[in-house]
Amino acid sequence: MAHDSLYAAPPSTGAETERAAGRLAGLRAALGSWDAAVVAALVLAVLLAGVSVQNFATGRNVQFLLLDLVPLALLALPMTLIVITGEIDLSVASTVGLCSTLMGQLWLSSGLSLELICVLVVLLGGALGAVNGLFVTGFGLPSLAVTIGTLALYRGLSFVVLGDQAVADFPASWTAAAVRNIPGTSIPVAVVPVLLLALVFGVVLHATSTGRALYAMGNNDQAATFAGVSVARTKFWLFVASGAVCGLVGIFWTLRYASARGDNATGLELTVVTAVLLGGVSIFGGRGGLLGVVAGVLLLGVLRNALQLADVDANALTIVTGALLIASVVLPNAVADVRARLHRRRQRANPVAP
Amino acid sequence: MSLTDTGAADRLTGKRSSDRGRPGLTERLLAVRELSLLLALGALVLVTTLRNDRFLSGQSVKDLLLGCAILVILAVGQTLVIVTRNVDLSVGSILGLVAFSTGSLFLVAPGLPWPVALLLGVGLGAVCGAVNGGLIAVAKVPALVITLGTLYAFRGVDYYWASGRQINAADMPRSFLRLGNQTVLGVPVLFLVAVVVVAAVGYYLRSYRSGRELYAIGSEPAAARLSGIPVGRRVFAVFVASGALAGLAGVLYAARFGTLDAAAGTGLELQVVAAAVVGGVAIFGGSGSAYGAALGAVLLTTIGSSLAVLRIDPFWQQAVVGALILAAIGLDRLLALRMAARLRGRSARGA
Repeated sequence: MAHDSLYAAPPSTGAETERAAGRLAGLRAALGSWDAAVVAALVLAVLLAGVSVQNFATGRNVQFLLLDLVPLALLALPMTLIVITGEIDLSVASTVGLCSTLMGQLWLSSGLSLELICVLVVLLGGALGAVNGLFVTGFGLPSLAVTIGTLALYRGLSFVVLGDQAVADFPASWTAAAVRNIPGTSIPVAVVPVLLLALVFGVVLHATSTGRALYAMGNNDQAATFAGVSVARTKFWLFVASGAVCGLVGIFWTLRYASARGDNATGLELTVVTAVLLGGVSIFGGRGGLLGVVAGVLLLGVLRNALQLADVDANALTIVTGALLIASVVLPNAVADVRARLHRRRQRANPVAP
Repeated sequence: MSLTDTGAADRLTGKRSSDRGRPGLTERLLAVRELSLLLALGALVLVTTLRNDRFLSGQSVKDLLLGCAILVILAVGQTLVIVTRNVDLSVGSILGLVAFSTGSLFLVAPGLPWPVALLLGVGLGAVCGAVNGGLIAVAKVPALVITLGTLYAFRGVDYYWASGRQINAADMPRSFLRLGNQTVLGVPVLFLVAVVVVAAVGYYLRSYRSGRELYAIGSEPAAARLSGIPVGRRVFAVFVASGALAGLAGVLYAARFGTLDAAAGTGLELQVVAAAVVGGVAIFGGSGSAYGAALGAVLLTTIGSSLAVLRIDPFWQQAVVGALILAAIGLDRLLALRMAARLRGRSARGA
């Protein structure tokens, strides 16, 4: 019996979760909301960078900034929903890599048209996600362990598909389309599908009963089941959606860099998780929203871009990613802790029955 | 309690319920994960040796033992953490940071005796682990999030400090580098260090009160707290230990490879978790042993070298590792379900 709960239980349960939730709620009241805080930080970062960093506010930089953010933003959408249900998908970057190499291999050897290949790659991404979903919902395994497994498996397979070769002879019209701007602006065309998908995911999460069900299962799987939510099926399709989006990102990545390689997007999964958590989604599940995540993605991108322009070594920038992530989880709790302590002291000072 | 422990208790007392509830021989073998890992390892070595008998030659075995030592040490540290239902993703970054700082230390003080460098490295690792543990205690969020953050932060500090520099073997004293490839009776010193670490941690987890308490914490943190176990202190100590072992691995890494840049050990964390999971350490805590994790690490390393001998495209290696992780957790789940069914059957008969 104990083993059942061992595997099915979320990483932390009971009183601890509730207390953390209470803390977060306390902070919400203090700051308005986490979303608002992230958006404010984003605006502040953009203003500061625009004023103090040379070349930040140029059209060309905006174009590159947004192009760099497209994969991160796309992957963060399904990840948000998955984390809200209390699961996680660490295999996204490897799935992107495998989709990219499959696209390259199909283009190299199948003779199919690129349109058809793109459709196939998205379907394939969905199938790869379905494997995750099957292991998690069908066999009842922890998604953390499953997706660490498929992280290695898919990355390995992507090297099997192309070895250390790269496929680079994609038609110039396609690779140019991936980085083209909307005429008359410095905003890449690729941003449009991102916004559309963000809209779709946002509507599903915040305006449908399915979306409410995601929060319900994130808070308590069993309660959600008893409330008539088909938990397993919903989670399964979330993993499929995540895989399909990985397929899209694989196509974009391949065309943008005009290169299908086995090591494409290596390590991106951790950045995606960082962006989602920075956006205010609780790793316990059941809490968070898409607006915060979009703001979190942009904040991450703006900070990295501005610091890079200010000649900070790109690799040392990981300090910023790490510090942001830690601050986003430590600060709310620390603040709430202090408030709770003050509150207790006040209560002790004048012990009035509530 | 852990899966393997329940089986062990059964065997010790020799108590048998009715035959209906009695597990089959294969299942019982599988339940003792260390044994099935040894079998898998033996089969792998056998098949590879049949194909190419040089696989068991002295030099090849030495390379193998040398190759797995660092992963074994990290996997044992990770076991301590995972058993308490936490995870430490920052070990690769700690290893990199400590390795680079060990190299830099010798640049500044070339005459430093290596034991001092070793102690300083372990100390730095422990400090990094204390940062992890402290942040987790303050934030009260899963270790996954905090150590994901420090994975980036420690690596960033490493890059910032190195700023593109590289440290070469020539910058380090001969006596220190010898530590990396010296052998005692044909066994590399590095591997002996790993064996000592495995034995110490394995014994601690099995026989010390605080070691058993780690399993209790991982099985059910709330229950552990109610039964008077200082959960916060134990978890903090576990992260310090994991950091210290990552520091030790970092010093050994420096001694073995000699050439160091800020990228040392990048991506190692997932391999370490994989080794522990394959070794039967349940990712949600409360089950597994240091011996299992160490065998998992040895198995993963051996797969790497035997693929090369079997003339299988080396690009398959990572895919095989992934498949192995899925198989390992699937097997664990299956065994847990069957054991749960059996226990239900037993209690239903009122035995």
